[in-house]
Amino acid sequence: MEIRPIEFRPILASLRKHRIPAMLIVLEIALACAVLCNAVFMISQRVNDIHLPSAIDEQGLVSATLRGTDDKLVGSDIPRNLAALRGIVGVQQAAITSSLPLSHNNWGWSFGTSPDSALANRKNINVSLYFIGEGGDKALGLHMLQGRFFNADELADSKFDTAPLPETHVVVMTRSAAENFWPGQAALGKTIYSKPYYYTVVGVVDDVLRPHVYTQNTRKSYDAVYFPMSAAGSKGALSYYILRGAPQDRDRIMREAEQKLADLNPGAVAKGQTYADIREKYFADMSSMAWMLVLVCVVMLAVTAFGIVGLTSFWVGQRRRQIGIRRAVGATRGHIMQYFQTENLMLTTAGVVVGMGLAFGINIYLMQHYEMSRMPWYYLPGGALALWLLGQASVFGPAQKAASVPPVVATRSV
Amino acid sequence: MFAYYLELALRSLKRNRVLTALMVMALALGIGATITTLTVLRLLSGDPLPQKSAQLFYPQIDPNAKEGYIEGQTKPDQLMAYPDAMNLLQAHRGTHQAAMALTQAKVMPKQVNARPFFSDAVMTTADFFAMFDAPFQYGGGWTAADDDGRAQLVVIAGFLNDKLFAGANSVGRVIRINDHDLRIVGVLKPWAPQPRFYAQDLGGRSYGDGDAVFLPLQTARAMEMGPQDTECYAAVPDIRHLETAPCEWLGVWVELDSVAAVADYKTFLDGYVKQQVALGRFQRTETSLLDLMGWLRQEQVVPDDVRLQAGLAFGFLLICVVNTVGLLLAKCLRRSAEIGVRRALGATRREIFTQFMVEAGIVGLAGGVLGLLFAELGLLGIRHQPAEYASLAHLDTWMFMFTFVVALVASLVAGILPAWRACVLAPAPQLKAA
Repeated sequence: MEIRPIEFRPILASLRKHRIPAMLIVLEIALACAVLCNAVFMISQRVNDIHLPSAIDEQGLVSATLRGTDDKLVGSDIPRNLAALRGIVGVQQAAITSSLPLSHNNWGWSFGTSPDSALANRKNINVSLYFIGEGGDKALGLHMLQGRFFNADELADSKFDTAPLPETHVVVMTRSAAENFWPGQAALGKTIYSKPYYYTVVGVVDDVLRPHVYTQNTRKSYDAVYFPMSAAGSKGALSYYILRGAPQDRDRIMREAEQKLADLNPGAVAKGQTYADIREKYFADMSSMAWMLVLVCVVMLAVTAFGIVGLTSFWVGQRRRQIGIRRAVGATRGHIMQYFQTENLMLTTAGVVVGMGLAFGINIYLMQHYEMSRMPWYYLPGGALALWLLGQASVFGPAQKAASVPPVVATRSV
Repeated sequence: MFAYYLELALRSLKRNRVLTALMVMALALGIGATITTLTVLRLLSGDPLPQKSAQLFYPQIDPNAKEGYIEGQTKPDQLMAYPDAMNLLQAHRGTHQAAMALTQAKVMPKQVNARPFFSDAVMTTADFFAMFDAPFQYGGGWTAADDDGRAQLVVIAGFLNDKLFAGANSVGRVIRINDHDLRIVGVLKPWAPQPRFYAQDLGGRSYGDGDAVFLPLQTARAMEMGPQDTECYAAVPDIRHLETAPCEWLGVWVELDSVAAVADYKTFLDGYVKQQVALGRFQRTETSLLDLMGWLRQEQVVPDDVRLQAGLAFGFLLICVVNTVGLLLAKCLRRSAEIGVRRALGATRREIFTQFMVEAGIVGLAGGVLGLLFAELGLLGIRHQPAEYASLAHLDTWMFMFTFVVALVASLVAGILPAWRACVLAPAPQLKAA
């Protein structure tokens, strides 16, 4: 086959004659490119948020909350409830805590690193407090990175007096919290303060999410601190029973745990949930938004493709005579195909150039008015590539129709 | 003449069914997406109490320490500490005033073997119902004397009354809440302002079902019911006695009936804060007195995602309109010969223009009808989503009519360019070519 360089000049000349339809295609592709880049970026941000890692055994974890209990009796009720829960077939670990990552149930406090740090100090770091009972590390599946978990004495002695902070002097914190308090230094043995309370770090665990996460600032989402807590001194703060078993058992464990807690505590309200459900519920809005964005993108690309097919078909119909003449003077079917494909490539390229500028502008606007970060550069060429492919795919049908115009058309008058 | 254009348009649309279907479909998708998102946006940014919202105001003050304060820039806190809320209420400067916090009430049904359950509750003061126009099915609210006397009484919502008393008049009967017996004094008719403006920043959701239980603030506190959200601004020696702790946990609303009353109240609020500064309790003097809609705007109660969706839908509609322009143009240029003949036979440019605009309008109306269908589908999808406002997503009469306005405007805008191209076509070359 004879290879000829692609000729742009005749295409340009012909486009100049059809300025308005050509500009419409360029405009449509530009708009589609701008919306596509931003929508895909939003989708990717949400997907990242939905999958924020958290170093606990989410797959095997079941939570059963018990609310409305009598604070004066929890000292004996909690050990009794835990013993009953441990009796459920398939439960490997059981413990009690005050809240779980992504549970919305947040107990926040701010601490500083100098002995005179008071609550209102601006330099303090706000953290989420988790109070946890014996065996909590194993039930959650915490990954100890440095130091140790609380020993039996620390767990038994910690209690609430009248203040919102517990009467203990030890904490375990996440790696991110440690890094935020003491950047670049070892946290083990250091102390956090909120006058008159102070707590020494005895262990550092791998990052666990807070009850609320900050989707735009993932660093802050891991500022969590664990405190030891005894059942007797918890004054109603401990209401999340956590059970760990095999992932395939978790639904049954959840139902049985809820039933058992309700039977043992007729005056209180028990509710079981698998941890997988807690995470899914937390991000439900986000995931439905992501799906909506996907839907809009797909429909938008389909509409754009229809537009290209419609206009190109019209052009082909209009130029049947010219195509016939070209075929008659020696152009192959391939040449005709190539003509329309090249024409589409030129229009799409123009659209994509305008569209990338537009996409960038929209991103800047969204950054100013919404919680949005800067779009990474590779979204722009990515969007361009997608529209090039879309353009070539939609022009293929009409171009083939054009190529099948027989040369004899040239000799007929319409 | 119009009937003739209509006939011509229909004939032309019928001639190329695929192209017509594509145009109508694209336009309908754009309209469907726009109407769906606009319906949700309108719903979420609506006025929860249209008859009253202009008279309701939310006073804010700032008890925080001086550190980090920039005069005229630092916004006052959203919530109020108990002593300040009580001082403002007892000054009686508004027509009505109430303080409130959200809590959870454990309700124990009377039936044997029934399990207790938690319900959304509001602990508030006597004026709450009159100020917010909460309608009563049976009975009424309580008095300021009941507030002070920690009366063991409660107002419940109609849906809780249905659940516990099968909808009968339960005024005077007893309900067990958080292991205390309380006497029911009133049952509300269905009442769920959207957005749930009084719950902003109190730790509850912004949309959805109304609250089930309303208790006098002091009574609830005596029963050790705690607020859903507490913000402390200094070291807290005793969290049990929130009334004296340096913690904010109440929202205060005031009803002010005239512009003069609003100005007076602002002066009073500023004076109160200055007095607290003089007493050494406060260090910051900034105050705020936003009306209900202003407060909702400041709180940005409409989720970002909903506004983004509306913007996205508009972008999508724009693409659909551009698409329709292209396809209409293709259609009308293909009929150059026909236009030439009509012009030669005496049709004016205006007539050709009108003819093509009628054609565009028909595409628009068809797109509108189909778009309405897509919008209903979209809203059905939203109702099945987990969002707290999901159940509210319905098309109302206004949005129904607005759909056709959008459809007509979109299609006529799309039709202008093709119609103009058609009417400026010189007839002679077209006739020759034919």
